[in-house]
Amino acid sequence: MTEQTLEKLKILAESAKYDVSCASSGVSRKNRPGTIGSAAGWGICHSFTEDGRCVALLKIMLTNHCIYDCAYCINRRSNDIPRATLSVTEVTDMTIEFYRRNYIEGLFLSSGVVRNPDYTMERIARIAKDLRNVHHYNGYIHLKSIPGASRELVNEAGLYADRLSVNVEIPTEANLRMLAPEKDYQSIYKPMFYIQEGVMASADERKRFRHAPRFAPAGQSTQMIVGATNENDKDILRLATTLYQRPSMKRVYYSGYIHVNSYDNRLPALNQSPLKRENRLYQADWLMRFYGFRFDEIADDSSPNLDLEIDPKLAWALRHPEVFPVDVNKADYALLLRVPGIGVKSAQLIVSSRKFGRITSDTLTKMGAVMKKAKYFIVCGELSAHTIHETGEEFVRRVLTDKKPSKKMPDKRQLTLNFTD
Amino acid sequence: MITFRYDKTLDGLLTAVFDAYSRRTFPDVLLGTDDDVPLFAGEIHTVMSDTEKSTRVWNGLERKASQGFCDMLLHVWLSELPGADELLLKYIVKTFADVAGATMNHADDDVRRIRQIALKVSRERLHVIQFVRFQKAADGIYFAPAAPLYNVLPLTIPHFCDRFADQMWLAYDIRRRYGYFYDMKKAVEVTLENDENLLDGKLDESIMAEDEKLFQQAWKDYTKALTIKERLNPRLQRQNMPARFWKYMPEKNR
Repeated sequence: MTEQTLEKLKILAESAKYDVSCASSGVSRKNRPGTIGSAAGWGICHSFTEDGRCVALLKIMLTNHCIYDCAYCINRRSNDIPRATLSVTEVTDMTIEFYRRNYIEGLFLSSGVVRNPDYTMERIARIAKDLRNVHHYNGYIHLKSIPGASRELVNEAGLYADRLSVNVEIPTEANLRMLAPEKDYQSIYKPMFYIQEGVMASADERKRFRHAPRFAPAGQSTQMIVGATNENDKDILRLATTLYQRPSMKRVYYSGYIHVNSYDNRLPALNQSPLKRENRLYQADWLMRFYGFRFDEIADDSSPNLDLEIDPKLAWALRHPEVFPVDVNKADYALLLRVPGIGVKSAQLIVSSRKFGRITSDTLTKMGAVMKKAKYFIVCGELSAHTIHETGEEFVRRVLTDKKPSKKMPDKRQLTLNFTD
Repeated sequence: MITFRYDKTLDGLLTAVFDAYSRRTFPDVLLGTDDDVPLFAGEIHTVMSDTEKSTRVWNGLERKASQGFCDMLLHVWLSELPGADELLLKYIVKTFADVAGATMNHADDDVRRIRQIALKVSRERLHVIQFVRFQKAADGIYFAPAAPLYNVLPLTIPHFCDRFADQMWLAYDIRRRYGYFYDMKKAVEVTLENDENLLDGKLDESIMAEDEKLFQQAWKDYTKALTIKERLNPRLQRQNMPARFWKYMPEKNR
């Protein structure tokens, strides 16, 4: 590794950082004697940057040259930024060396489109192939499938990668066409479909032949930009639901839009990236995946956008007071999950513990339920009955709204003196 | 008050369980061999550690409860927290006595405390797996310093053996001054006699591999480049990556 590579590494990390996905989970692979690496099924984050995001994979672009001119992208061809390209050995050597030092869990390789999608995809697949076959590397590999890449190349990549991903980026096709004239939904959904087919075919094959090759065993993921276009949260969640219905789709990421190309007036001029909205969308995503909520329960026609002040689960509970109060000693698991303040963990603990005795508000606190929220929605025998029906929804909402006193705002009661030097 | 004295090893603790059953007296207090005897100690029994007895107790536990449960007890033992041994003894007796819900009743205080301690320890184990950094020495051996809160290094070794199977490494607990050396076949516990030069967790530049410094710099620059300035959130970073690990991480140090 030389100083030159170091410089390229910086430029290309800078270009890759807006891709959110950094998961290293979904596949377990033991080490084979004489090789390097293993994959842990639960995923391991090896570092966290100052923005609090995890660094599990060496997230890097093969090149940030790009023939496309997508309005939301930092690497669009009309931007004047430093450009660089890594060679195959540079990427593989860096991955192996970082891996040996326990800096990373694997490689996440993406690329700007050079010449045409197939040319780019071929080079990406080539790196994964080298890592597996030349360096005998068993760690995690996440490859980006380039929109418009052909089926053969996606299949090739799937043989070496653990996860493949194609980013949807913009939740409706009309807006995608507006912001990225060279792309359309066809070019995005086709590779997605190839991946899905590959995963399913390989799963089928492995039922019959134990050593049949695995195809992208950690499935695929995708990403949507939030706040760059005028879609509401209901549209976004509906699209996420349809994506999750595909058999191989493991994660949909939401990325709060950051105003990187401020000169482009097709995009809204946001001073601050919509982080709260992004956070609420992730909460909604969790509700859909682990709590058995449907997207139209979380955001319906009367409230198509998520409430930024309270979390979506509490918002649902406030809209549906008729479900509550829930008796924690009797209610089934699915109903317990609907109570604000009771999560998957505490719901499981409640179900496994109530065989041995009554659950009281005291034990609920000790099990980790957030009683500040839950107390309005449950009865557990001894609790005085101040549930949502007695207090009213408005009261609960006011008490549980996230309010943080702003640190920058000075205390108005304090007289400030202007000293001049 | 019945008091047992033992040598503060896991074998000793399990032997104490054995003795409690054979003497039919269950201790209220456990003391180390060198601890001062409290004023009103009452009956004192000194446990002589015996691997045969402790193995019998452990095998009995494995028959009685699941593997995951025994792992949990091991985690609690490695926490080295004051009072963890008394809790363990009480809890092991409870398990043998088949108290209803001894393992699953989370409303029970002992069950919850055991689980909480085990959870803390397994988190620390995961932190070590996440944040330990290997530095390459000139002789090709990778050195990984760690100073975890609890004695979790032995719990991480199977993971490192599996992952870094084709390189020699030394994982060293700087706080407890012992470590494991892996020679590409198996990891053995080592205590180094003169480890003073390793205690700051940094290899001296004279024994560092020549490109080691460059890779550390590359990693530092890389994580810096990866930061999105518009989203800075140092509090979240601290929450996810406790500051006590930063001392040995190139991206936060040097």
